[in-house]
Amino acid sequence: MKAKGRVFRYKDNVDTDVIIPARYLNTSDPKELAAHCMEDIDTEFVKKVKEGDIIVAGRNFGCGSSREHAPIAIKASGVSCVIASTFARIFYRNAINIGLPILECEQAVKGIENGDEVEIDFDSGIIRNLTKGTTFKAQPFPEFMKKIMASDGLVNYIKGKM
Amino acid sequence: MGMTMTQKILAAHAGLERVEAGQLIEANLDLVLGNDITSPVAIKEFAKTGVTEVFDKAKVALVPDHFTPNKDIKAAEQCKCLREFANQMAIENYFEIGEMGIEHCLIPEKGLAVPGDLIIGADSHTCTYGALGAFSTGIGSTDMAAGMATGKCWFKVPSAIKFVLKGKPQGWVSGKDVILHIIGMIGVDGALYKSMEFVGEGLRHLSMDNRFTMANMAIEAGAKNGIFMVDELTLEYVKAHSTKPYTVYTPDEDAEYDAVYEIDLSSLKPTVSFPHLPDNTRTIDEVGDVAIDQVVIGSCTNGRIEDLRVAAKILNGRKVKKGVRVIVFPGTQKIYLDALKEGLIAQMVEAGAVVSTPTCGPCLGGHMGILAKGERAIATTNRNFVGRMGHTESEVYLASPAVAAASALTGKITDPDTIMKNA
Repeated sequence: MKAKGRVFRYKDNVDTDVIIPARYLNTSDPKELAAHCMEDIDTEFVKKVKEGDIIVAGRNFGCGSSREHAPIAIKASGVSCVIASTFARIFYRNAINIGLPILECEQAVKGIENGDEVEIDFDSGIIRNLTKGTTFKAQPFPEFMKKIMASDGLVNYIKGKM
Repeated sequence: MGMTMTQKILAAHAGLERVEAGQLIEANLDLVLGNDITSPVAIKEFAKTGVTEVFDKAKVALVPDHFTPNKDIKAAEQCKCLREFANQMAIENYFEIGEMGIEHCLIPEKGLAVPGDLIIGADSHTCTYGALGAFSTGIGSTDMAAGMATGKCWFKVPSAIKFVLKGKPQGWVSGKDVILHIIGMIGVDGALYKSMEFVGEGLRHLSMDNRFTMANMAIEAGAKNGIFMVDELTLEYVKAHSTKPYTVYTPDEDAEYDAVYEIDLSSLKPTVSFPHLPDNTRTIDEVGDVAIDQVVIGSCTNGRIEDLRVAAKILNGRKVKKGVRVIVFPGTQKIYLDALKEGLIAQMVEAGAVVSTPTCGPCLGGHMGILAKGERAIATTNRNFVGRMGHTESEVYLASPAVAAASALTGKITDPDTIMKNA
């Protein structure tokens, strides 16, 4: 499993209120949510994001509310992976459960800038910054997590097993 | 090596003799909770599993509290989804408008959380019930769906930070000030993935309402859960509210902690979190001149009866500063009624505040008090992120009910002592 795209770079403590503001939580439709993704921190995101693009951020990404609408909005906007130094724990669970790939890699976060072209190999955990010609290594996904991602989320994965 | 309180509860619910930090376990759930924002997503996922009944009708609680009373058509549809699912599944703990409250005020009041329980809720402030010596933590909608279907959830056993509380809080210092002080000290990710364990002789000076406030904001330090040592006050509360069997867990003497902090409650001052993170704290004497447009008193953090008593005591016989909007949200119907009977509601309304039916309302920028561009609120809520209560260029300052009420009278962030010392 691989991903390749352009990077949207954010700082520490990106909270779920800016990922998807509560005023849009009167729906759970992924497309509607994606239309407002990152709106309160980056009004350009929705206009510029393309299928496969990658979000790179600092510490504690996804802190705050437990709203699963946050990873749903990111995934539905076409983002193929979020790389951060650390993730808030509920966001971490939610992202895996809905099948949004996420990687913790502090070195990569330090070595990637906004707009860089990045390629990720989830099997090996290798992150390549194609713009700068540098390479980083994150922990690859364990087997069960790869299966959850491949099944497009936990519920489908469970169903597939039953 | 011994276990922490949290580790003991997790081990017991996983059927294991012992667990250690980092271990992955599957544990049985005593309660699965959801609200009108998170449950519709969970209900959709639940349907996909093919399971036709929830694991236990008495162990699922659904509370429409965020955008209720329905703020618009879409919110009404979400609440309808919740209501229909509750009816279809014969869920025993569904709380309709008229009997509901803000979920984390309501669940303990209804006796649904007791010491030793393992509770998950699709709301980040589910950690509130740690005040009762339960393990409770926020999860997302998919975990809620899986929990409703199977009665189980997987966990990575957390390590812990111990907070040893000493001394007695002075003056207007409350549980809110203690937890804001702690978050300011360790940071918004200071307890990431960990438990926060509260112990020590200082606990006896913190009422249950104060403890609920503190456990509620454990998530604001990134914690998986916050948990209090059970004492006489806890058991008094449990006996008054619940008939559920409970188990008291105490940490082993040789339990391992990532860090231990001693906190002298007598040295703390009223504390305010400045925008835009809860760890951006200042003590009241460092606040300076901060004019405010709105005051919000309530929420799952500070909407309990003691909070309203403190606010009413300060507002009683005085007038809200002209031009300042003061909105009070009692946490539950019972708290609302108790406040009415005690005369608190009249005191606050006469001062110029408005009182709403219980709802999460403006805390998350939902409805009932949204801020315009450039406006500032002081709120007894839990988050002051960018745009949390409205416009991205509005600001939220987090504080105790006492500081919020004092500020309502002056129109700027105010030490309650300056209002009350000559009273």
